[in-house]
Amino acid sequence: MDSALIPQGVNRCPLWKFALGIAIVGAVLMWGVYAMMLVWIKGLNQTNMNDAYGFALWIWADLSVIALGGGAFFTGFLRYVIGINDLKNIINYAVIIGFICYSSAQLILGLDVGQPLRGWFIFWHANVHSMLTEVAFCLTAYFGVLCVEYVPLLLENRQLDRVPFFHNLSHNLHEIMAVFAATGAFLSFFHQGSLGGVSGVLFARPFGFREGVFVWPWTFFLYTWSAAACGPCFTILITKITEKVTKKKLVKDNVIQILAKIAGWMLATYMVAKIIDTIYWATVTAPSKGFDLMTFYSNNPLYGIWILILELVVCGIVPAAILITPKWRGNPRGLTLAMILAVIGVCLNRWVMILQVLAIPVLPFENWALYMPSWQEIATTILPVCYGIILIMISYRYLPVFPQEKELNPIAG
Amino acid sequence: MKQTQGNNGNKKFGMVINLDLCTGCGSCMVACMAENNVPFKEDETDKLDSITWMRVYKLKNGKSWPNADICYLPRPCMHCGGHGDHGHSPCVSVCPAVATDYSMATGIVSQIYTRCFGCRYCMAACPYHVRYFNWWDPVWPEGMERFLNPDVSVRMRGVVEKCSFCFHRYQLAMNKAFLEGRRVLEEDEYQSACTQACPAGAITFGDLNNPEHAVHQLVQPDPKHAGRPRNPKAFRLLERLETNPKVYYVSSRKWVRQSGDNYLKKEKQKI
Amino acid sequence: MLPFSFEWVWDMGHLLFHGGLWFALNVIGIGVTYCVVKAVYDTMKGNSTNHH
Repeated sequence: MDSALIPQGVNRCPLWKFALGIAIVGAVLMWGVYAMMLVWIKGLNQTNMNDAYGFALWIWADLSVIALGGGAFFTGFLRYVIGINDLKNIINYAVIIGFICYSSAQLILGLDVGQPLRGWFIFWHANVHSMLTEVAFCLTAYFGVLCVEYVPLLLENRQLDRVPFFHNLSHNLHEIMAVFAATGAFLSFFHQGSLGGVSGVLFARPFGFREGVFVWPWTFFLYTWSAAACGPCFTILITKITEKVTKKKLVKDNVIQILAKIAGWMLATYMVAKIIDTIYWATVTAPSKGFDLMTFYSNNPLYGIWILILELVVCGIVPAAILITPKWRGNPRGLTLAMILAVIGVCLNRWVMILQVLAIPVLPFENWALYMPSWQEIATTILPVCYGIILIMISYRYLPVFPQEKELNPIAG
Repeated sequence: MKQTQGNNGNKKFGMVINLDLCTGCGSCMVACMAENNVPFKEDETDKLDSITWMRVYKLKNGKSWPNADICYLPRPCMHCGGHGDHGHSPCVSVCPAVATDYSMATGIVSQIYTRCFGCRYCMAACPYHVRYFNWWDPVWPEGMERFLNPDVSVRMRGVVEKCSFCFHRYQLAMNKAFLEGRRVLEEDEYQSACTQACPAGAITFGDLNNPEHAVHQLVQPDPKHAGRPRNPKAFRLLERLETNPKVYYVSSRKWVRQSGDNYLKKEKQKI
Repeated sequence: MLPFSFEWVWDMGHLLFHGGLWFALNVIGIGVTYCVVKAVYDTMKGNSTNHH
């Protein structure tokens, strides 16, 4: 029924199957929308946040999706600015994933502020010394870049492409995509970094605070670096999941291997920097404020030293080692394991740098504060995941997302 | 004028709380809530989302009888001056919309409720937990609206609030002084509600820059070290973080003074 | 955001921050405008560009 919209030369599942899939994910999405409306109408009392936990699940989700969406800017940078041509076969998908991540981040931010209608104050009354201001500006501007990068793909839909204006517009946007990609990389460098700065500048929160250079704490650079390392891992992971779901090979192995190798070296160098940073912080920065390392990891039921080992070793050194070793990287299971660990690692880092910072008592006569999200918070965090799945389903069905799909899956006859 | 020496006429309002005098009666908390129209919930069991601009903590020395000792510690906003006292308090520098600001003229950290959009970054930045979020719209018991303080605006849901050192009282006192042709306030013309309410006289309020004011004499702030107290019995909370609070505590008990900061294990052993 | 708001200060922080921001916004804006205008022009002339 919708065959006129489907790209030529590729196979898609029957419409009823597609509609059923959308309906199932859509039902979960509606649950999230209901929770979202509750939050907007009744306020943040619908959450389990409190005065000790001003930042919680949402901000973690925000920081995580932006790190994972980093695949878009970094792959774009490698493809258009550095000129690694093979990556043209995965860049479309990286852009879609980035678009989903960034639009989700904006939605979550819209929920998370106490007075959403005043959200524009952050732009109009900007305090340029605040990391959040920089995040808001660069994130919004970069979302604009992602839209510009997504539009040409949309216009390549079989029916839209027949309109001469759309065809020409899409062509022109492609022609100067390097300019947009470079601007995107510039903006991403700053907002990924500023998200790292969010906890790094908190000089009265010894768990998060880091020294740095000029106005930027070390976490600024660590966040950008880890997003560039783990973002592409997420892109590859989602590509692999898509291949599993569609039961098709969509991107050639050499393309995946190039991206995985670069991500691996980014991750390995990031881990070196992160470990140096951790050692300096544990032995110099925190002790200067009166904190032994273990005070951050004891006297509470959740945050033990295991979390540091999990982040640095299991989800840091291990995936980096797999990805920089050609033999292990070439093994499909090894590759998938490394992708999953790297993604968990970066999400864990964001969790620790936001929630553990707030959990740790700074006043000596206060106790650890622990927190469990309410169902409304969980539902609104699952909402963007459902929205992402739906957008991917629609994009995959109606747009030529994977340039190698036809070649890898020839239709008989 | 004597008080303006080296300060360009800027004031630095601060508070000294004598912990040996504090009985933990909570009058300061009550006075603060009434003075500043602080909203409350029907059920205040969960202290993690109730608003207490002034909060009294109970400290214990951890020893058993007969050496057990307790101390009550009232905690308003510290009105931090930040590193080097340049006004970069932890919260002010992070607010993305300039909804909280540091006044170099008074040393007071303000909160602009109509500007705040409730991102709560300031709450994450403050180690003293003096900042509170309005999780609900304020609801007053019937008839109570008529007894709200007309000089202080009530706050709506979704914004952050905190102790203002009763800044509206400063404005009123300055207005009165201007009408009388004066530019300078007497020490007793501007006092916070908690100071006046304390039955034990444990709280002293005034201009830390003015050597004639009691607060200055009590702690003898060292201008070379951003106001660190020279009185050995006085201390500030979390001095090592260099937040430079303007609230000082005085106690003759060593364990109380040591409760105000964090120490490494090896430092504790030396103590 | 603009010099009209009263928080605006002509200091290095503002110049660097807003300089970088407005530069990026202009690149994006001019880039998109160029593409749209050129697409209108191409369409009017009846050119049909070959696809990438």
